[in-house]
Amino acid sequence: MFAFTDEQLQLRESVRRYLIDHATVSRTRELMDESAGFDRLSFQGLFNELGIGGVHIPEEYGGAGLSYVELSIVLEEMGRALYPSPYLSSNVFAANALLLIGTSEQKAEWLPSITSGERLATVALYEESNRSIVANIEQSVTDQSFTGTKSFVLDANVADVFIVVARDGFDPVNPLRFWLAHSNDSGIQTIAMESIDSTRRIGRVSFENVKVERLGDRNQDHGGFGKFIDFASVALANEMVGGAQWLLESSVEYANHRVQFGRSISSMQAIKHKCADLLLEIELAKSGAYRAAQAIAAADSAFPAYASIAKAAANDAYMQAAADAIQIHGGIGFTWDNDTHLWFKRAKSSQVLFGTSEFHRDQLLDRIAVLEAD
Amino acid sequence: MEWTEASVRNELRSFLEANWDPNSDLLDWRNKLIDAGWGMPSWPERWYGRDMPQSLLSVVAEEFASVGAVTVARTGIRLLAAETLLAHGNDAQRERYLRKILTGEETWCQLFSEPGSGSDLAGSTTRADLVGDHWIINGQKVWTTSAHHADFGLLLARHDWDIPKHQGLSYFILNFHQAGVEVHPLRQMNGHASFNQVFFNDAKVPRNDQIGSSGDGWQIAMTTLMHERRNAGNIFVEARRRGDFEGLIYEHEAEETKVVLAPYTWYPLRAGRVDIVLPRASDTGAINNPAARQEIAKLMIMSRCAEWTALRARAAQQQGQPQGPEGSLGKLAGSNIARQAAKVHTLISGVDAMACGNDSPESGIIAEILLSVPAISIAGGTDEIQRNIISERVLGMQKEPRMDTGPFKDVRKN
Repeated sequence: MFAFTDEQLQLRESVRRYLIDHATVSRTRELMDESAGFDRLSFQGLFNELGIGGVHIPEEYGGAGLSYVELSIVLEEMGRALYPSPYLSSNVFAANALLLIGTSEQKAEWLPSITSGERLATVALYEESNRSIVANIEQSVTDQSFTGTKSFVLDANVADVFIVVARDGFDPVNPLRFWLAHSNDSGIQTIAMESIDSTRRIGRVSFENVKVERLGDRNQDHGGFGKFIDFASVALANEMVGGAQWLLESSVEYANHRVQFGRSISSMQAIKHKCADLLLEIELAKSGAYRAAQAIAAADSAFPAYASIAKAAANDAYMQAAADAIQIHGGIGFTWDNDTHLWFKRAKSSQVLFGTSEFHRDQLLDRIAVLEAD
Repeated sequence: MEWTEASVRNELRSFLEANWDPNSDLLDWRNKLIDAGWGMPSWPERWYGRDMPQSLLSVVAEEFASVGAVTVARTGIRLLAAETLLAHGNDAQRERYLRKILTGEETWCQLFSEPGSGSDLAGSTTRADLVGDHWIINGQKVWTTSAHHADFGLLLARHDWDIPKHQGLSYFILNFHQAGVEVHPLRQMNGHASFNQVFFNDAKVPRNDQIGSSGDGWQIAMTTLMHERRNAGNIFVEARRRGDFEGLIYEHEAEETKVVLAPYTWYPLRAGRVDIVLPRASDTGAINNPAARQEIAKLMIMSRCAEWTALRARAAQQQGQPQGPEGSLGKLAGSNIARQAAKVHTLISGVDAMACGNDSPESGIIAEILLSVPAISIAGGTDEIQRNIISERVLGMQKEPRMDTGPFKDVRKN
């Protein structure tokens, strides 16, 4: 259960090789200044060449029918390469919402085109009231119509469809539900938000009397929102450990070449002990991320606790890696020309999306009964 | 012969059916095991084994456990001594020592660390001078578990001071039953005295009891330490006996185990006793304190992720994948976990953390944890040495420039 199979290792290898060719840092730097923020050609290649548009999506909806473990492998490689694309927002988050909550008609309508890359979808979640606690959403849908503003919407600038998280205004307990809204609705306006992480685009989307379609059946919930958040946290955690690993490797490589006081700084314990500690923290975070992905794949009831472990561990490991990488590089690490800051910024944007470490640690203790029992 | 899981089970089952008797004499039973090769089945046939691959040992352990059969003596340092003799000893030495190691008749200890050489094991200054047919030993060892009841010790000492330090070391079997050896207990900050100091004053080692040749000491010591690490890693694989078994032989075994394991009773405490954190947090209400919750969760995350990392390492190894970094991280992870556990126990206990009498939290266990945790990041290779190993061997970083090359007599010492 804890070792990757040969097929999984091959998948990792092929994604890594594709991204080495198509996601060079110099290309990423160009894209940071462009409005779309991603390379459509290399993005299409994910679907046409690699066939990873729907790793964990059932074959009947055009996916590969594999599990969350394989999806996590793909995401870890994308995180490592800092690959800027709407893959996470569309093929993972939006696809997850459809998979978890959608009716079979909705899945059949949307998943094949998301899986093939023809259509881009994104989940509109954050609003003023829930910057730190993800579930504190206040806006509601009434009479199939939504009016409100969502911010930090990933890849809002390129989305064809929004999956809006809002309360059901007609339901007396006001539960959180997911609603589909077409981006060509005249009541939708999207404004790009500036982010320190230009490799992950965010937007503010205002909805004015926009007609929405309920995702899933009115009377069924299955804890959909909680699952959605946990699945998202695990996906993000796996992406993050890939980025952390890149930072460690680049720091070690730099230290091996940098000479001060007549010797390589890699021979200095102040530097190498930092790297050893970092390796430990990253390996632990990887184990958390992998274990949580396995739990989702196996429908293990402990997955909510593992999701919190995974996200908290990945947050801390990635930020530590980013801070240490800059410190090990010294002055050059603080410059724009050096690549370290690109990963630092990705670490920061990932840290605050879907829950900080403090949030997940607190949540973990509420979920610990499951942990204790196993 | 090629062993398979089925053939191991079949043969061992019929052996146990024919021979195992919980009321037999411990010594008789162990000699029977040794003669049949079921004591250490992975050893060569020539030396009480059956040439069985390591991977099948868990099957053997299961079969023993299922009928409650007692094994050969395996506690303490004895198996490190045996493995070292198997790898580097000569036939006369193997003939003389191996059987009584496995029967439990003779106990061993490891004479490596010295007051002047802790992390720098190769800096040993215990002298070995060849006079006639004997090596004359002078010097001092420390942190020697079980020395107070040992019959023999694995001794690392210096025979040549004019060559570089690793080359001047030799490896001996030291008999404790002689006038030139004195053993004194070493009291620790947590009140226990699990270790000893051993003083050599013209102690004698017959030439026949040198393992390998002069100058092989460092290489042989590495073999011993490799087995120590491997054993430490395998400790949890051992199958537990299922159910309650009764018989005379268990009483004899328990007496032996009690003596040998006495020094290790506080080891779970130095690892931080993570297992009692949540129950205590609930009992004391600390589980509702936001600051405590954060620290408890940090501990749980660290400890869970470390377990999973160990499982990853083992799984990769079993699938024949190359060893990844996850295998070398366990010890450092253990230190971090223990430190965080001590912090959490303190947070939960508040002012109670300084109380250690019978009316203190958990009858003094908490205080004992707090006073035992500082050992874990030192014993068996300090955190700093672990970080050197990880950064150099796993990450490929460079070594510190050395100040201890050249003849050992010219190297700065304590």
